[in-house]
Amino acid sequence: MATIPTAHVLMVAGALVCIGAFGVLLRRNLLFMLLSLEVMLNGAALAFVGAGARWQQPDGQIFVIFIMAMAAAEVAVGLALILLIFRRSATLDADRLDVLRG
Amino acid sequence: MTETFYIASAFAVLAALLAVTRSNPLHAVLYLVLSLFALAIDFLVLGAPFVAALEIIVYAGAIVVVIMFVIMMVAGAAASREQERSWMPPRAWIVPALLAGALALLTLGSLAGAGGQAIAAPTIGPREVGAVLFTTYLIGVELASVLLLAGLVGAYYLGSRD
Repeated sequence: MATIPTAHVLMVAGALVCIGAFGVLLRRNLLFMLLSLEVMLNGAALAFVGAGARWQQPDGQIFVIFIMAMAAAEVAVGLALILLIFRRSATLDADRLDVLRG
Repeated sequence: MTETFYIASAFAVLAALLAVTRSNPLHAVLYLVLSLFALAIDFLVLGAPFVAALEIIVYAGAIVVVIMFVIMMVAGAAASREQERSWMPPRAWIVPALLAGALALLTLGSLAGAGGQAIAAPTIGPREVGAVLFTTYLIGVELASVLLLAGLVGAYYLGSRD
């Protein structure tokens, strides 16, 4: 049986979200931006699980399951888009992908 | 068990930091897997074994593997280490570090004072989660399946044409 202050769980979750935001801002490669988004989603998932454990309800875990379903759909479409972009313009540089009709 | 949470959390945060800053894409993905495993341990300590298992099976086992496949498909051309390094000169780190640092300062600062109530986590197993998931949140399950179908059709459409 673990006793952990709620604030500490939320601090770890907040740190993960900040690291993910840092990665999205820092990176120019679309693949790494997607990777950083996953880190942010995991931070949100930890906050949900922490809240679910705090009030001892299963709702927190259920929302993590929804986050995972959303992440799976997002990654499927995102990676298909990345492959399409790569086939068309042979680059994944977010700074150069500013033309809609490449 | 309390120490386990803090050690696993330190691993999760450090591995996430390495994942978003490495120049080798496969190393970055492997650090992400390490972060996911550490987070799964966190979930286990917080009394969520079902989500901990899903985190490893679905996230580390399915989502990350798909990302890895795509990295291998575009490797060399679009994801070489030299290019990544040239895209991240030291001056490119300044503004993201400032913005994310300010965000972290606000988030962690607002939580630092608040002790919050301690979590004494009893395990909430798959049975309880499933019972609530398929009664209260049934509409959410249906919407998630529609979302996954949309993702499937979208990925097929984008991947099939030239």
